[in-house]
Amino acid sequence: MSDSVFPAGNLMKGKRGLVMGVANKNSIAWGIAQQLAAQGAELAFSYQGEELEKRVRPLVESLPGEPFMVTADVTDDASMDACFEALKKKWGKMDFLVHAIAFAGKDELQGSFTHNTTREGFKRAMDVSAFSFVDAAKRASAMMPSREEGGGAMISMTYLGSERVVPNYNVMGVAKAALEASTRYIARDLGPLGIRVNAISAGPMRTLAMAGISGGRTLMKTGKDWSMLKEDTRMEGVAGAALYLLSDLGHSCTGEVLHVDAGFHAVGVPDIGEEG
Amino acid sequence: MSDVFDRVKKIVIEHLDVEEDKVTEKASFIDDLGADSLDNVELVMAFEEEFDIEIPDDAAEHIQTVGDAVKFISEKVG
Repeated sequence: MSDSVFPAGNLMKGKRGLVMGVANKNSIAWGIAQQLAAQGAELAFSYQGEELEKRVRPLVESLPGEPFMVTADVTDDASMDACFEALKKKWGKMDFLVHAIAFAGKDELQGSFTHNTTREGFKRAMDVSAFSFVDAAKRASAMMPSREEGGGAMISMTYLGSERVVPNYNVMGVAKAALEASTRYIARDLGPLGIRVNAISAGPMRTLAMAGISGGRTLMKTGKDWSMLKEDTRMEGVAGAALYLLSDLGHSCTGEVLHVDAGFHAVGVPDIGEEG
Repeated sequence: MSDVFDRVKKIVIEHLDVEEDKVTEKASFIDDLGADSLDNVELVMAFEEEFDIEIPDDAAEHIQTVGDAVKFISEKVG
């Protein structure tokens, strides 16, 4: 994504937030983080384990300001307690949350959903990919300013496989459906507090998450060929959508799933020739 | 074949930040070049991108050395 351009400005100046789910430089969360930083946001990054820490650290250190890292295992209450305690100690309050975390076993991201999904795999996908947003939203909202002081904003990352059947996406599609529904329920609960909660449904991108899905490259190619814009989903577009939803530009927008996928989600039948 | 090797070598050097002379056909990504499990995934993605091919999971599991990668890619693009 080195050729991505993230316009600079002050739209996030004075706003602090946690970005969960940067894995490497190709991560969608990293594109979003760069855009938010370019607009003046102060950022914290959560990571899990050494393998991810060593990838995330150099990225975080390349950002301006004083971004910091905090460890968080979203399946562990004590770890989440410690993560948000660290944020509270450092910042006191926070203004936004970016959730870009999901997991399913490789064996469950291929072939038959019906036959390959185990009870354990289903629970784990739901826990890591959907409940973790509910939990993080609860914790983050407790640190957000009052409605009168500006409230806050949160986003989660989802994918079309939640609404329609996408080969091999399987249990992750079901987990993303739960995540999108959770996004709406959280938006309802937090709305009176002036906190907006939305999801971005991005088209397929070359991320580590994509590498876990069988036939990922075919998904990318189909996404491009069938899309209205005839292009891959661009990081600038996804990061720009995040900036809109997390900044004051996003006033009045909540409970929404915003598709940033070159129009793919709205296509019923792909182009069948010049005459169309 | 040698062209594939050179391109693979370049990716490996950049990604794993290793000395050029360590990247031989026999070098194991994990044992000799210090790769972790995520590096392996990222390398496979980088090879897919560079050569415009798809490397399925079961094939990726068998790519353990630089030579394995060169062999698989050469068969695909050849």
